[in-house]
Amino acid sequence: MTVESGGATTTAPASQPAVDPSSQLIQLLTPEGERIDHPDYPLELTSAEIRDLYRDLVLVRRIDTEAIALQRQGELGIWASLLGQEAAQIGSGRALGPQDMAFPTYREHGVAWCRGIDPVKLLELYRGVSHGGWAPEEHKFHLYTIVIGAQTLHATGYAMGIQRDGKVDGDNGEAVIVYFGDGATSQGDVNESFVWAAVFNAPVVFFCQNNQWAISEPLEKQSRIPLYQRARGFGFPGLRVDGNDVLACYAVTKKALAAAREGQGPTLIEAFTYRMGAHTTTDDPTRYRLASELEMWKLKDPIERVRAYLARTGQADPDFFAAIEEEAKKVGARVREACRTMLDPPPLAIFDNVYTEPNAILQAERDQYAAYLDSFATEEGAPR
Amino acid sequence: MTTLTLSKALNEGLRKALENDPKVLIMGEDVGKLGGVFRVTDGLQKDFGEARLIDTPLAESGIVGTAIGLALRGYRPVCEIQFDGFVYPAANQIISQLAKMRYRSLGNLSLPVVIRIPCGGGIGAVEHHSESPEAVFAHTAGLRVVACADASDAFTMIQQSINCDDPVIFFEPKRRYWDKGEVDTAANLADAMPLNRARVALKGTDVTLLTYGPLVRTCLEAAMAAREDGRSIEVVDLRSLSPLDVETICDSVRRTGRCVVAHEAPVYAGLGAEIAARVTERCFYHLEAPVLRVGGFATPYPPSRLEDFYLPDLDRILDAVDRSFGY
Repeated sequence: MTVESGGATTTAPASQPAVDPSSQLIQLLTPEGERIDHPDYPLELTSAEIRDLYRDLVLVRRIDTEAIALQRQGELGIWASLLGQEAAQIGSGRALGPQDMAFPTYREHGVAWCRGIDPVKLLELYRGVSHGGWAPEEHKFHLYTIVIGAQTLHATGYAMGIQRDGKVDGDNGEAVIVYFGDGATSQGDVNESFVWAAVFNAPVVFFCQNNQWAISEPLEKQSRIPLYQRARGFGFPGLRVDGNDVLACYAVTKKALAAAREGQGPTLIEAFTYRMGAHTTTDDPTRYRLASELEMWKLKDPIERVRAYLARTGQADPDFFAAIEEEAKKVGARVREACRTMLDPPPLAIFDNVYTEPNAILQAERDQYAAYLDSFATEEGAPR
Repeated sequence: MTTLTLSKALNEGLRKALENDPKVLIMGEDVGKLGGVFRVTDGLQKDFGEARLIDTPLAESGIVGTAIGLALRGYRPVCEIQFDGFVYPAANQIISQLAKMRYRSLGNLSLPVVIRIPCGGGIGAVEHHSESPEAVFAHTAGLRVVACADASDAFTMIQQSINCDDPVIFFEPKRRYWDKGEVDTAANLADAMPLNRARVALKGTDVTLLTYGPLVRTCLEAAMAAREDGRSIEVVDLRSLSPLDVETICDSVRRTGRCVVAHEAPVYAGLGAEIAARVTERCFYHLEAPVLRVGGFATPYPPSRLEDFYLPDLDRILDAVDRSFGY
C-alpha cells in the first residue's frame, strides 16, 4: 500500500495500514457528557442554545414515542421511528440556515421539527390521510421520499439550480442538505448523485445517518469500507461524526454547508448512530440482532449526554428539566388528540391534483364515480 | 413557411423556448458540443452556454432525477434520453417521482419537465434502439404523453410541452427525423392546435385509421394507395397519447363506422387496446366491424434484418383495413 507522506511516496507495511486521520470519529460531547474540543470544529454555543438543543431532542423523542403508541392503538397504519437518531437530526437540522433546502427520507421527523413542520402533518402520511401535506418551499423542507435514495438526485438538481441562480454566494448563499441511510448508499441514485454533485461542484451536503441497519441487513451487507470513505472516490471530502453527539453533528453540518455556499462543492457526512427501535412498527428486530448491541448503544444515548453535560456544568437546573418534561407531555397530548380527531379526506379527493387541470378522461371517471356514490345517498345526505 | 427536417424543426422549437424563457434548460448525454446523436440540439450550446445546455454524466436516472430537482427550484428542464431503450434506468424517477409529485404534494409542487425520447424502429439499429415504450408512460397517471409525426407539429408541440406545467413524455419518430415539411416558424403558438388534441390528417369516409408518430406517414401512404382502389380512409394522428382525445377519435369513427389502430409497439396491452375499448364503448351502435389493431408482435424487438417484417408497413396496414371490411 502506498501513501503520500510529505510529498514522498512511501510503502507502508501490510500489517500497518495507512491511517486516514479523518477516520477518527468527530466528537465534541462524549457519551458521559464531557465536552471536548476538536481543532477543525471550534464551537461556541451559549448555554441557552445548548438548552434549546436539549429541548428539541426531548420533544422529538416524545413525538416519536407518541406516534409508536398511536400505531399500536390503530390510529396510524405504520410509523418509522427515529429513536436513537435524534442528535443526528437535530444537530444537522439546526445547522441549516432559513434559506437552505432540506430533502428528507421518511424518518427525518427531527429535521422536520427544526424546519417548523407541525408533527401532525407527518402523522397524516402515516395515518394514510395524505402523501405529505406540507408546503415544501414554505418550510424549505421537501416531502418525504419513500423510494430509497431517490431524493439525493432531487437535492443535487436543486443545488444545480442554486448555482444557476447565482446563489453560491458565501454568507448570502444557499445550500442543500439531503438525508439518506446506510442502506441507501448501495442505490444507483445515491451514487449517481455523488457523480453529479462532484462533476458540477453542486452546493449539496450529503448527510448519511448510518444507523447500522437497513431493516435486517447490517452495514457489512452494504459496504466493505467505512461509508464516509466513499466520497473520496467521487472526488469530494467525506467525514464521520458521532451521530449521537448533537454538538458535533451541528458543527460538522454547519461547516459543510458553509463550504457549499462558498463554492467548495459537496461533502459527505456519515453520522455514525444507531437505530434503537425497529425499522418501522411492522418490523421485529429481535429476529436479526442481539439485545446486547442495543444495550451498548443505550450507553451512548444522544439525549442523556446533553442532560449530563448541562446538569454537571450548572447550565441547567432541575426546574429546567422538569419544565421540558412538562412541555413534552403537552406536545404529546396535542399530537395524540390531533391524530385521533383527524378527518379522512372525502372520496372524490382521489381525483385531485393529478394534473394542473383534470383532463377529459379523468373528469369523466370522477363524474361517473360521483354519480355512483350519489346512488347510495340517504336522506341524511350523500356519503361524499 | 420554411421547409425544415423534423429534426431541425425540433431544434428551432427548442431554440425559441430557450429564447423566450431563461428558466428553460436542456440536459442529456451529448446534447452540448455534439448537438445530440440526432443533432436535435445542434448549435444550441454555442448560443446559450453550458449552464443551459448541460452535457450530463452518462446515467439516465441521474438526468431525470436532477431535472426534478431543477424543476423544484423553478427551472423548466428538457431532458434528452438518447434512445427509447435507455429510458428504463430512469423508470423510478419518471414513474414514481416525476409523475406523482403534484399529486403527493396536494398540488403544492409542479414539475414542468419534458423528457424527449427518440422512438421506434426502421433505422437498422442494434438492440434497444428501436423500441416504442409509450404504453408504459400512458399507463402512469400524472404524465402527459405526446408524439409528433411531422416537422410542423414537432416545432409547435415541443414548445407547448415546455410551456406545460405537467411533466410531458415527448416521443420523436427517429426514422422521420430527416423527413422535410413546411413549418410556419412565425406563427403564434397560442393559435396552434392544443397539445391534447388529435388531428384529422386526411379526411375519408369509409374507415378511420388511428395512428401516431412514425406510422402517420405510413398510414397516409396507405390511404393514398387505397384511394386508387376506391376506398376512402380517414387518417387521424392522435398526437396526444395521454390523455387520448376521445372526442376526435369517436367523432371520426361514428362517421366512418370502421376503426383500425396502427402502432409500432406490440399490439398486446398496447395503446390500441385502450382505444378499442373506448371506441367500442362510445361508438357501439355505429360500428360495422370490431376495432382492429395492427402493430408489433408480442415479442422483443427483432434483429434489424427482420425489422421490415416486424414493423407494420403499408401492406399490413391495408390488410387490417381489408379485414375490417370483411365483417
